[in-house]
Amino acid sequence: MPEEQMPEEELKISYKKPKMSKKDRKNAVIYLSPSLFGVLLFFVIPFFVVIYYALVDNPINHEFVWFDNFISILQNSSFQQAAKNTATFSVVAVPLAVVLSLGMAMLLEQNIPMRSQFRTFFLSPMMVPVASIVLIWQVLFDYHGAINEFVMNLGASPIDWFKSSYSQIVIVILFLWKNLGYNMILFMAALNAIPRDVLEVATLESATEFQKFWYIKLRYLSSTILFVAILSLINSFKVFREVYLLTGDYPYDTLYMLQHFMNNTFRSLDYQKLSAAAIIMALVMCIVIGLLFIVEDKFGKDVEG
Amino acid sequence: MKKPKRRRHIFKKILLTAVAFLFAISFLLPTILTIANSFMSSAEINTNYGVIFNQYKETQYGERNTDYVAEKVNLKFIPDMVDLSQYSTVLLKSPEYLLKFWNSVILTVPIVIFQIIIALGAAYSFTRFRGRLKEIIFFLYVALMLMPFQVTLVPNYLVADWLHILDTRWSIMLPGFFAPFSVYLLTKFMRRIPNSLIEAAKLDGANEWQIFSRICVPLCKGSIASVAILVFIDYWNMVEQPLIMLSDADKHPLSVFLSQINTGEVGLAFAVATIYMVPTILIFLYGEEYLVDGISYSGSVKG
Repeated sequence: MPEEQMPEEELKISYKKPKMSKKDRKNAVIYLSPSLFGVLLFFVIPFFVVIYYALVDNPINHEFVWFDNFISILQNSSFQQAAKNTATFSVVAVPLAVVLSLGMAMLLEQNIPMRSQFRTFFLSPMMVPVASIVLIWQVLFDYHGAINEFVMNLGASPIDWFKSSYSQIVIVILFLWKNLGYNMILFMAALNAIPRDVLEVATLESATEFQKFWYIKLRYLSSTILFVAILSLINSFKVFREVYLLTGDYPYDTLYMLQHFMNNTFRSLDYQKLSAAAIIMALVMCIVIGLLFIVEDKFGKDVEG
Repeated sequence: MKKPKRRRHIFKKILLTAVAFLFAISFLLPTILTIANSFMSSAEINTNYGVIFNQYKETQYGERNTDYVAEKVNLKFIPDMVDLSQYSTVLLKSPEYLLKFWNSVILTVPIVIFQIIIALGAAYSFTRFRGRLKEIIFFLYVALMLMPFQVTLVPNYLVADWLHILDTRWSIMLPGFFAPFSVYLLTKFMRRIPNSLIEAAKLDGANEWQIFSRICVPLCKGSIASVAILVFIDYWNMVEQPLIMLSDADKHPLSVFLSQINTGEVGLAFAVATIYMVPTILIFLYGEEYLVDGISYSGSVKG
């Protein structure tokens, strides 16, 4: 008997959608708990401790000094250097990554032969571990390296790529090399998702290629552009890998990144400094990402929904 | 009227293809060069790149290398003679490289497996049951995902210190198990499973575990492969965590150790670098479609 009644009960529940049944709620907790436990233990709870550490004077005294640690870290010249370098790098590399990868995606949208092979080729750097490729970067960009030889053949004087103001250019190139493929795939997927009929109507209305790109495609792509920008921003912090593997703990001034600063601070185990730096970075990331969202919201409004 | 237009079309096609080729070459070149160089004998490497790597050697030992060294660096794609001596040295004579390779494997593989298992549960929970609290927690995951290493490593380090697992592999693996990236991506995939399927199973009397293990997980097989590939690449490439968590260099993965290879052994380094690429390249060759799918779905921020 009760078996026959089951479906009816189910129906009743599904009508009251907003409220979860007790059983559902229990299941929801069961399936989420392993992950949530780990996230709370390894990320969230210690992050509150990080905030606490940033506000006290030292781990023994526990006396609140409020913003002193933040002020001292903002006045720290290595931190300033690292923050400036990282910011400069991101400001140059992120827009370039967005524009170039969009260009590549549009190139592969064109009617050219071997498109799928090209996609594979463009994506391939992503698969190459940074550690495996630094040797060849050394060969190419060393003072006696292949690029300088080319430069000298052109009649210019050789450049010390890793130890001059050109070093930022080198790491931008390395960054783009590694990340463009991934971003390109994101854009290819987004371009594919643009409704064909909208573009066909535009063609019938004799819109030029540029108009179609500027007024239609770009609008539909706006959320992807946002995503690629955020992703590139996060990845731009990872360029430390290349820099570290190429030049070690103390690179040339313009290559001294935030991660170098953190590594060296970890070595001296200065929790106050570390915590304050981590919080400042977290705040800056939140602000930047928030701003990007606001910009996207304004720009892409027309096609949402 | 028609002809010039057609000609312009062909011209455009050639031009675009040429551009694509140029890009393709510059994307492939460094990888190919590394692989090609690994097949050269150490004498040949020394001749070609001695200019670059010997200067460090000189400062290190204070003596000159007496081998013949070319004045200029000599980039070559095809070795004079294919020579496997570098590989035999790496694989047979110097166990330290294999040990470091093993370190990479033993760090990466458990992270991939457990991160996905744990994330599957969380993704299921986020997909099946919605509520205000769920949305907040999901937002927390996304925010965590967006934080760079420099931010998350500090909390990770503190916990590792409390649990007394610093200097052990657990200090890298445990935070890796719970990294929110897989949760985010798997949730996106799972939300695409039609609700009617789940409702139907429920009507047939399936319990929660059966819905999870017989319907949701099998339907996500492809996505699990995509996520696994992305996570594997990410951790195979790790540099930051071992530098901070493992002060004992013996436990470092090859990704960190490679840069410390003595500059006198450049030839060896090329071979080691190539060996280190093999797993990711194989995954790429066999799983490119999954990889592309995974990337594509990570795409839209909303939804």
